[in-house]
Amino acid sequence: MTVDQVVDPRRFRRGVPLIDGIEKVTGRARYTADLDHAGALIGRILRSPVSHGEISRLDVSKARAVEGVFAVVTGDDCPHTYGVLPIAMNEYPMARERVRYRGEPIAAVAAIDAATAKRAIDLIELELRELPAYYTSEEARAPGATSLHDNKPGNVEREVHHEFGEWRQGLAKSDLVREEKISCAEVNHAQIEPHACLMDYDPISGRLTVQSVSQVIYYLHLMLARCLEMDESRIRVVKPFVGGGFGARVEVLNFEIITALLARAAGGKVLMQLSREETFLTHRARPQTDVTIQLGMMRDGRITACTCNVVQRGGAYAGYGIVTILYAGALLQGLYDIPALKYDGYRVYANLPPCGAMRGHGSVDMRHAFECLLDRMARDLELDPFAVRRANLLQAPTRTLNDLVVNSYGLGECLDKVERASRWRDRIGRMPPGKGLGIACSHYVSGSAKPIHFTGEPHAVVHLKLDFDGGVTALTGAADIGQGSSTMVAIAVAETLDISLDRVRVIAGDTAVTPKDNGAYSSRITFMVGNAAIDAAKKLKALLVAAAARKLEARADEIECVGEVFRVGIGVQSTLPFAAVVAAALVDEGAITVKGSFTCPPEFQGGKHRGGAVGSTMGFSYAAQVVEVTVDDASGLVTVDNVWVALDCGHAINPLAVAGQIEGSVWMGMGQALCEETRYLEGLPAHASFLEYRMPTMAESPPIEVHIVESHDPYGPFGAKEASEGALAGFPPALVNAIANAIDIDLDVLPATPERVIDALSQRRRAARLHRLRATS
Amino acid sequence: MADPGPQPTKRLLRLKLNGRWREDAVAEQDLLVDYLRDMAGLTGVKIGCDGGECGACTVLVDGEAVPSCITLAVRCENRSVETIEGLAVQGRLSRLQRAFHEKLGAQCGFCTPGMIMAAEALLRRNPTPTDGEIRNALSGNLCRCTGYVKIIESVKVAAEPNP
Repeated sequence: MTVDQVVDPRRFRRGVPLIDGIEKVTGRARYTADLDHAGALIGRILRSPVSHGEISRLDVSKARAVEGVFAVVTGDDCPHTYGVLPIAMNEYPMARERVRYRGEPIAAVAAIDAATAKRAIDLIELELRELPAYYTSEEARAPGATSLHDNKPGNVEREVHHEFGEWRQGLAKSDLVREEKISCAEVNHAQIEPHACLMDYDPISGRLTVQSVSQVIYYLHLMLARCLEMDESRIRVVKPFVGGGFGARVEVLNFEIITALLARAAGGKVLMQLSREETFLTHRARPQTDVTIQLGMMRDGRITACTCNVVQRGGAYAGYGIVTILYAGALLQGLYDIPALKYDGYRVYANLPPCGAMRGHGSVDMRHAFECLLDRMARDLELDPFAVRRANLLQAPTRTLNDLVVNSYGLGECLDKVERASRWRDRIGRMPPGKGLGIACSHYVSGSAKPIHFTGEPHAVVHLKLDFDGGVTALTGAADIGQGSSTMVAIAVAETLDISLDRVRVIAGDTAVTPKDNGAYSSRITFMVGNAAIDAAKKLKALLVAAAARKLEARADEIECVGEVFRVGIGVQSTLPFAAVVAAALVDEGAITVKGSFTCPPEFQGGKHRGGAVGSTMGFSYAAQVVEVTVDDASGLVTVDNVWVALDCGHAINPLAVAGQIEGSVWMGMGQALCEETRYLEGLPAHASFLEYRMPTMAESPPIEVHIVESHDPYGPFGAKEASEGALAGFPPALVNAIANAIDIDLDVLPATPERVIDALSQRRRAARLHRLRATS
Repeated sequence: MADPGPQPTKRLLRLKLNGRWREDAVAEQDLLVDYLRDMAGLTGVKIGCDGGECGACTVLVDGEAVPSCITLAVRCENRSVETIEGLAVQGRLSRLQRAFHEKLGAQCGFCTPGMIMAAEALLRRNPTPTDGEIRNALSGNLCRCTGYVKIIESVKVAAEPNP
């Protein structure tokens, strides 16, 4: 290792590179497709050619007869549903009797090579009786529409109706009430690593070893046991390097279960690598969403009440849908002080691949509409966009109407920082033609206070092992998917023990070795696993201090421990180096293992109303961002020139990684705002490549100036909160507000493509012409 | 065992891979990326798309950045191919690798090998690129984690003359 890896704890405040960074820059990091798969069979999946239909005939006998084919599985091989929510598992790994979206798996083969597998797939005989298919929420909800699921007439998976406070009175007393209807396209995680898994079944021991692209190996473990009817103790899930997640891999995905079924049927090892097109199909991303939102406001900008109606086109199966539609309502609150509120949410089934969780889960499209409306009302009342937001700040600690707890709140400081950094006051209203500035705020949870699979266990457990070599090994089930969670664990342990970072090794994500963890979702790892790591390190430190006290013949409370040296008071003669303390601690004891844990107490787990747990957390991150745009009114092209973002993450455990997360999050919001959109033609994905699904390239990506705000959360590890999701939702509204500032056009549909900008401009010209004609006649 | 069916004719491919000459039997239609990953075991070369969309498979052929997933292996006859595995000489990180590590140019790391190789090609022909030149040269390499901010910073740091 040539890069200086010895980092003094005092230097952590400047940030440290990722502890697995060397592997990544040398190409040594092995992702799932890079694993040794010598001798593995190759899996392929047969997918539905229609959007909705009944399977009238499925004959795999010819495929089975192909030489070199070792296993063929169909829906008959798995009569169990799977899913992320125990109350809403309505999906089979392979369709049984009925298919509900184009591309849904129907059968799969494992063969000696890809060509043989493909030949076998082509020989499967399939006949379908087509049913009416629906591609929009309106079509699916129309009277008389065929139900996708028999228990959900009207194709509404879940309706949510929440009312808090006297919203009617609030609106009635307002100086201004305004309503907007805003739509956002479905977008995709588009992590660069395609889906893949390697499953190894040993028929002699009856054990299954799983390596996959998962963010939550615990769910994968549970669902494989359920679908394969296996004892959980016979399954081992190992997480290799994972090439991005953003929510794509929180849910167990059909190909994972299919591959396990193939491996068991073949009695061996099967490698499944999905193409980019299949990866787009197997997506679980942010649904197409229509938001109708109304705010009441006093002349000073104070919000009196809010009503919000959200319709999400969730796709063909439940997935995370219930949580997504609940999040959209719950996170209306917790950002500003809203005295009264009514929320109506509808999660709708349609004949498209199922949606799920994506960075900023459930909150992004709602927040977009809210922040656009806030700006338009500020304009109506001739208030500055900053002023209207400052008029509605919360005071921490507080509890919202829907029982969300706000323990720390740095939004005011975030606003101050981006106002100054962007020179807002000097520039707003004085921008050259075609240029504009926009502002928006956002927030997100630092982990769901109530886990989906509620078992009564702690929210996080971390083990620390210390042996004769003096190395501290942290064992965690938390999934590092590039966000740097293993590095965070290492820093938390090193800070607490006051030892060098390279003394700490982190082993993450192997169910045979690491304690169970709920994985990388809802930005929970820093808050929960970080706290558990600190707890474990404190326990280990107590053991070391006790050993040093014995050796130095002093009381434990007399021992000081600074930078791997233990001493009594300031007496230089009575010091012990770390190795000597470790040796003393191991006498009569042997290798030491300690356990740390973290639990969110019930009072933080949300309201008692139905669905009240969703949105609950012990710490919200807060963000404000200013976006500067140039709009070319000839081409409709919107260019983002600059972004200034401030995020309150409580405390930046690793400022380098925090800045990286904020930049990535803002940029992902920019993709959704400017150009990203999935499109289906009669259910056929028209976007399933990186050429069709347009993410901003480096050439179109602006500088992003990051300001970290530290509000020191009372419960976060060292005061920390999440830093990865909170800033995303602010970008789209800041962009649309900046476009309004630049060309006086309020865009109501995302993304803000050149076509939509041009359409809006020509609509305005038509309206103006009409107005002139009327005036002259 | 299965009838292998009609097999494509193979020929001997001679090329210099990360500084060492080698010979392998390849079919005319074999892609460079498959040759590198499956025959040479160089899994630092990544496949992120269905062909020519993402740049994760970028390698250098005679010093030029090419997407190995749309390049035939036989086109590299008697040429020099370099992958991420060839950059760290005797375990020492190259300037670009070190900069990407220290400046967090890599988050999940999946696009990183291709990104670094594209940047390597850039710095060889233009040792002191401007921001705009970096953005243009690397615009064919997609990253979903970083927003590109720290990638550009990494390339700039690597490009600075060594004091």
